[in-house]
Amino acid sequence: MLSEEEKTEIQKETGQYPYPSAACIDALKIVQHHRGWVSDESVKDIAQLLNMSNEDVEGVATFYSRIYRKPVGRNVILLCDGISCMIMGYESIYEHISKKLGISFGQTTADNLYTLLPISCLGDCDHAPSMMINNDHFNHLTFEEVDKILEIYK
Amino acid sequence: MERPLTQHIHPESSPLNLKEYQQAGGYAGVQKALKDMTPAEVTNLVKTSNLLGRGGAGFPTGVKWSLVPMDKEEPKYLVCNADEMEPGTFKDRYLLEGNPHQLIAGMIIAAYAIQAQTAYIFLRWAYKKAETELRKAISEAYAAGLLGKNILGTGYNLEMNVHLSAGRYICGEETALLNSLEGKRAIPRTKPPFPAISGLFGKPTVVNNVETLCWISHIVENGADWFKGLSLTETGGTKLFGVSGKVKNPGLWELPLGTTIREILEDHAGGMLDGYGFRGLLPGGASTDFLIEEHLDVKMDFSTVSAVKSRMGTGTMIILDDKTCPVAFLHNVEKFFALESCGFCTPCREGLPWVVKILEAIENGNGRMEHLDILKQQTRYMAPGNTFCAHAPGAAEPLQSGMNYFHDDFVSHIKEKKCPWKP
Repeated sequence: MLSEEEKTEIQKETGQYPYPSAACIDALKIVQHHRGWVSDESVKDIAQLLNMSNEDVEGVATFYSRIYRKPVGRNVILLCDGISCMIMGYESIYEHISKKLGISFGQTTADNLYTLLPISCLGDCDHAPSMMINNDHFNHLTFEEVDKILEIYK
Repeated sequence: MERPLTQHIHPESSPLNLKEYQQAGGYAGVQKALKDMTPAEVTNLVKTSNLLGRGGAGFPTGVKWSLVPMDKEEPKYLVCNADEMEPGTFKDRYLLEGNPHQLIAGMIIAAYAIQAQTAYIFLRWAYKKAETELRKAISEAYAAGLLGKNILGTGYNLEMNVHLSAGRYICGEETALLNSLEGKRAIPRTKPPFPAISGLFGKPTVVNNVETLCWISHIVENGADWFKGLSLTETGGTKLFGVSGKVKNPGLWELPLGTTIREILEDHAGGMLDGYGFRGLLPGGASTDFLIEEHLDVKMDFSTVSAVKSRMGTGTMIILDDKTCPVAFLHNVEKFFALESCGFCTPCREGLPWVVKILEAIENGNGRMEHLDILKQQTRYMAPGNTFCAHAPGAAEPLQSGMNYFHDDFVSHIKEKKCPWKP
């Protein structure tokens, strides 16, 4: 069941468009903002609210990389694996984070604190290697920097 | 040297607010266009200026606008493509974060020229600072009567919205972007009809890149001849050029179109880092063909880079150094394209993962000589005309040229059964 708050926010978005289904991506983002991810149940709820089929909403939800269809940890680490970051050594940063947290790309730590995901080019190429944690960008990554940054999100 | 696009950008401080930008002369173009010019006069001026689209394709902006039917009263849309996701590209971000009012001013004039009453900025979700600055600037513009109803008392109305993407490189393709704005999967549409005839919600729509739209107000203020005089080549204007990789001073600079690659690489980026040699570069993002040493004196402009069988693209170069394996470089780039394929047409959906598997095998010492033929065959299957949009042809560009220029490196991986760059 969508909360009243979620419904109100979604309906505000539908007002911007000529028809409700155009707000599908906004609706998925709103639900994810409140719950951290989008469950099968939420897909059905959104479909009903926007007068779409479950399959259409599912098709949109699975297309976009920033809609999570599985639960994620409290903090999502997005490590850029773009070509400029590769040249500047993101692979060793990945190994460092992976070893430190005991997780690979796509996994969440047992304490649910971090999920580690790859992300394509973040547009920080002149300050590579780069990553995002939640909404924050970090550049010129080194092992020491990464250790300090991860502490902030504990 | 004039640097119209970046003159007010100081990355270490906040962008100019509306009042400061107006004091510096900003929005003068909006006054002039809306009060003294007809929409057709604005379109003709941009056409005469020969402003070519800065998103990578270089299509003439004025021509794009002139395809919009102007004889019918109907909703029309202007969309700013700010979904910058081309690997190695960080130019639009600089403009969005550094001077959002410059973009808004350009968008008001562009929307006026096609008589659109709604404008969207399709912004990459990861550009958080840009989002904050844009929203702040838009609300300032509304408060000052530069957006909304009856702009500057002229009777012209324009609403402006920011739409945040949900990821996926293909959203940068203009028709895929329109599907995404409509809440659908971002799959490119058949052309024709072109968006100028049937675009967002089936209505006439113009999609322009951030850097392109940032020019509009300057061109209206200063004229077509001024714009043409800014470049060293015939195209007109300056361009944001960037360099990333193992150079001394990676960054971004506004320089005249026609500046040579060597000047950008050596004078601005400071040359290679000590201990690193130059092997090649992608001139304008991951979807452009490699250039090598012999091309360093090529002028950076659409036609001059095309003449050496590559593309200027976004103008942000990625440098391949001699300590980076070219096969690993291409493996990284092709993996990106494979992941970002929308999956609609076969050469792209099936061809790209095949290419990735082969490159992975070669990189890990499991390659065979016949793999090289398969890779070459795939670049032909993915050539323009064989696919639904430009995604796969773009992916084929670094691969075909990389295999040509770094052939010996491919062969040594296969012969030695290992990557010569790995210990």
